[in-house]
Amino acid sequence: MPQRSLRDWLNETASGGERFLHGRSAGVALADLIDGSSLGGDLAALDGACVLVLTRDQLTAALTLIELDGVARRMILCPADFAREHLPAVIAKAGVDAIVSDEDTRDLRPLGVPLHVICTPTIAPDAATQPGTRQTEWILFTSGTTGIPKMVVHTLESLTSAIKPRARRDDRIVWATFYDIRRYGGLQILLRAVLDSGSLVLSDAAEPIAAHLERLGAHGATHVTGTPSHWRRVLMSPAAHAMAPGYVRLSGEIADQAVLDNLHVLYPQARIVHAFASTEAGVGFEVADAREGVPASTIEDPGNDAKLKVEDGSLRISSLGNASRYLGDGDLPLAGPDGFVDTNDMMELRDGRYYFVGRRGRIVNVGGLKVHPEEVEAVINRHPAVRVSLVHPRRNPITGSVVVADVVLRENSEGEHADGLRREIVELCRGQLARHKVPAAVRFVPSLTFSASGKLARHYA
Amino acid sequence: MTVKLTIMSEMRQIAQEQEKELAPLSDDLVLLDSGFDSLCFAVLVARLEDKLGVDPFTQADDTTFPVTLSDLVRTYENAAAVVA
Repeated sequence: MPQRSLRDWLNETASGGERFLHGRSAGVALADLIDGSSLGGDLAALDGACVLVLTRDQLTAALTLIELDGVARRMILCPADFAREHLPAVIAKAGVDAIVSDEDTRDLRPLGVPLHVICTPTIAPDAATQPGTRQTEWILFTSGTTGIPKMVVHTLESLTSAIKPRARRDDRIVWATFYDIRRYGGLQILLRAVLDSGSLVLSDAAEPIAAHLERLGAHGATHVTGTPSHWRRVLMSPAAHAMAPGYVRLSGEIADQAVLDNLHVLYPQARIVHAFASTEAGVGFEVADAREGVPASTIEDPGNDAKLKVEDGSLRISSLGNASRYLGDGDLPLAGPDGFVDTNDMMELRDGRYYFVGRRGRIVNVGGLKVHPEEVEAVINRHPAVRVSLVHPRRNPITGSVVVADVVLRENSEGEHADGLRREIVELCRGQLARHKVPAAVRFVPSLTFSASGKLARHYA
Repeated sequence: MTVKLTIMSEMRQIAQEQEKELAPLSDDLVLLDSGFDSLCFAVLVARLEDKLGVDPFTQADDTTFPVTLSDLVRTYENAAAVVA
């Protein structure tokens, strides 16, 4: 059976309710894409091309991806924050021969890419819009923070392996994600919306959180996804009640009990689910019992096509959702000889449940003893006065390093009260962690910074 | 609060947190006899860096390790003077 393209899926889901892609300033009816194009008549020219999708707006990116799947040989998805200085290396490594943008591309001419195509959110009828039959390679960047990001090779098949369209379509569903749809977590939601049912509200990196929440409310968002850091920003926003989702999903970072509990209080009507997925390994599992960690039985049988195991301390995934390889650099395969992709996310088994404790490369050494910053953060975040915390190493003349905590409180605290809170937080950690894991110092800070991928920025790493 | 009082108050606080029996804090107290282990001293240095704005041990390579409590106080007083 030939691979179905995204346009094939649109054709199949054309009957039924009206479905939309809502951008920040424009919207598009998905049905208009069946015999129309956003690419100004240039779709045919992109047949078989290797296309750099470099749009400012997520709506134009979504339209381009839907139109080019099955048509282009390869699409490279650049998120809003993609560092332009990496473009020459990416273009050379991926063999880019076309750029699709929604902005003037004159400044990109020196890059030497022969074809430049402009995408607009205005759909014009286009006779060339036949569903393509190629198996397009989808190239995503890893969310690593330093150097040239690695390019990870997926296909529509691998990207959608965890998406099981419901038997009975429901176009009342309104999906929304705080992620950029050009990152794995956000792309899952775009593809889910296209393959399954309903409409999708896109985010915009430049939009203030309150305006975004108002927009989600106005569109009646029902299924909303983001990282725990995204959700903590929602919890801190006076506009959090602008929307009333029925389904809340967290992925991309460790979902601790505090953020799960707070979301339950904020949206008591919502089903709250946390999930594991990564760009390289794909979707691993989801947890729907409103508790942090994951039952050991879910690792044994996640109830999807994935096989999971914890080996040498880290979670490994083998599934159709695995990316196939890295692009360039000898096209290194992602899976080991056993067919599993190592996520490098470390897990510990306690009382029949696995808990994420941190990343393999992020371990802090305190006098020869290991600490994962994330396991300390999870304990600190349980204190009712704490909104979020960042634990990081500080060099120390006695033990080499100690861990210290930067803590954002729900309400500003000063003076005597702050000292008392500091003691309470240390006490809480002492009760639940080994001595060397207790933060040596606790600082209260007004805010923490987040990376463009919606995760806590860990500058020290 | 003087440097000396700050150090003594932090030491008492850490001893309480770490459930250590702290020896009476006299000037000639030998630090290794204070009841503190390495981790307690590591925590003390981190706390004092936040309170006094200085870590004399990583600030300069030639800082000698203090033997007595008064050595420790002097190390911080000298470093704090340099910073101020």
